[in-house]
Amino acid sequence: MSSSALYDVPGPKAAARHLLYGILSTVALLAVVGWVVWKLFDTDQFTYQKWMPFEYQGVQELLLRGLGNTLKAFALTALLALPFGALFAAGRLSDHRVVRWFATLVVEFFRAMPLLVMIFFIFVAMQVQPFWALVAGLTLYNGSVLAEVFRAGVLAVPKGQREAAFALGLRKTQVMAYVLVPQANRAMLPSIISQLVVALKDTSLGFLITYEEFLHAGKLIATNLDYDLPFIPVVMVIAPVYIGMCLLLSWLARWVEQRGRRSPKVKGGAPIAKAGVSMGLPPEAQ
Amino acid sequence: MKVLTDNFSTFWDGFLGTLELTAVSAVLALLLGVLMAGFRVSPVKPLRTVGTAWVTVLRNTPLTLLFFAVLLGLPRFGISLPFFTFAVIALGCYTSAFVCEVLRSGINTVPVGQGEAARSLGMTFGQTLNLVVLPQAFRSVVAPMGSVMIALAKNTAIAGSFSVVELLGTYRTLNELGYSILWTFVWIAVGYLVITLAISAVFNLMERRLAVSR
Repeated sequence: MSSSALYDVPGPKAAARHLLYGILSTVALLAVVGWVVWKLFDTDQFTYQKWMPFEYQGVQELLLRGLGNTLKAFALTALLALPFGALFAAGRLSDHRVVRWFATLVVEFFRAMPLLVMIFFIFVAMQVQPFWALVAGLTLYNGSVLAEVFRAGVLAVPKGQREAAFALGLRKTQVMAYVLVPQANRAMLPSIISQLVVALKDTSLGFLITYEEFLHAGKLIATNLDYDLPFIPVVMVIAPVYIGMCLLLSWLARWVEQRGRRSPKVKGGAPIAKAGVSMGLPPEAQ
Repeated sequence: MKVLTDNFSTFWDGFLGTLELTAVSAVLALLLGVLMAGFRVSPVKPLRTVGTAWVTVLRNTPLTLLFFAVLLGLPRFGISLPFFTFAVIALGCYTSAFVCEVLRSGINTVPVGQGEAARSLGMTFGQTLNLVVLPQAFRSVVAPMGSVMIALAKNTAIAGSFSVVELLGTYRTLNELGYSILWTFVWIAVGYLVITLAISAVFNLMERRLAVSR
């Protein structure tokens, strides 16, 4: 924070003041945490009966199966969305007007629609199985966002690279495959992984169309009268798993980004690094 | 076409519900997002930690899980509010994490010299932030803020599945009445497109009007 526009390195007086603010905010924070914990005890969230289900093997297997289903949907989505994105990015960069318009229309439409509306449409109107409805919706949405990421990556490669490749006598396809795409991929890898985090988060939408994923398993346990409706314990068990999985992927994205930045090759090509930064923002808050 | 004309009031209620949910959640998200961005750039370490934790946790939580925790969990926790309020809490908190990150990247675009000039005039941290840095930061992040708001509008669809009156939720009513599902979805899609296109138009206009020339 040393290069911040907002404050200097504090002197003794400011440091003392900051310490006071720090103590006050810590006390306020502890008060909030204390209130929450008290409230948890007060509403009997830690009774044996509410935590008992997690001891049963059947319940553990139910949760594991749900987690497996979540990961299955995620893996298939990633496998399908990446080629979809590549295909439509190529379509949007095509020299043929009809192809370009078609690709633009598809990408813009699927980005503008709420993902859940698409999933429900495929599930309800087209009568598709929950698993395939979820995967199809996720693929269409994330594939379209990835298409934009790929396109931005290719456009961010310095113009001279393309011109040089054409000057060497390479064909259009060769310029794309040997010169532009490898560089674009490298610059866009962090954004691609970030988009996969979004896809992983959105697999939980399967819960709303009765796909038996992790959250669905949680709801089955939480609504069980025998265990005294353990909604809060279920959230306390499920949330860390979801957040942990997404955090791992986010960290991977950041690690890849830093690794790319450290490389002398990328340092030479400033425009690539710049494109990475502008796409470094969360592309969609979905 | 008949689906729309016969059930215009159902669609209209859903449309208004989505608009209302988007608007109220946006206000909450902006307030919380500005607060958290302030925390994240403040010189006080515990506040920075709170801001970082808030953003990290909420950005990596699936929104469906958050809805599950807030709409189904909080009542068991002894807090009972109308479903609409719960939905606003879930959407507002979730979106605030993205608002915070967008704002923080905007704060980073303000040249260091601006802050130095403010300090040399004797401004405090709060004054520097409120009078010099934030106004410029807001104006330089209009475009990404627009995409956050569009995402918020699209995310309201999840509230419909948790029985809040909302545009996507209308399909259930009409489905029971036996109308063509295909056309119902076409009109729902049109409704969402109108909302997202309107938001994007407003933000485009703001971007042109408010751009900071440096």
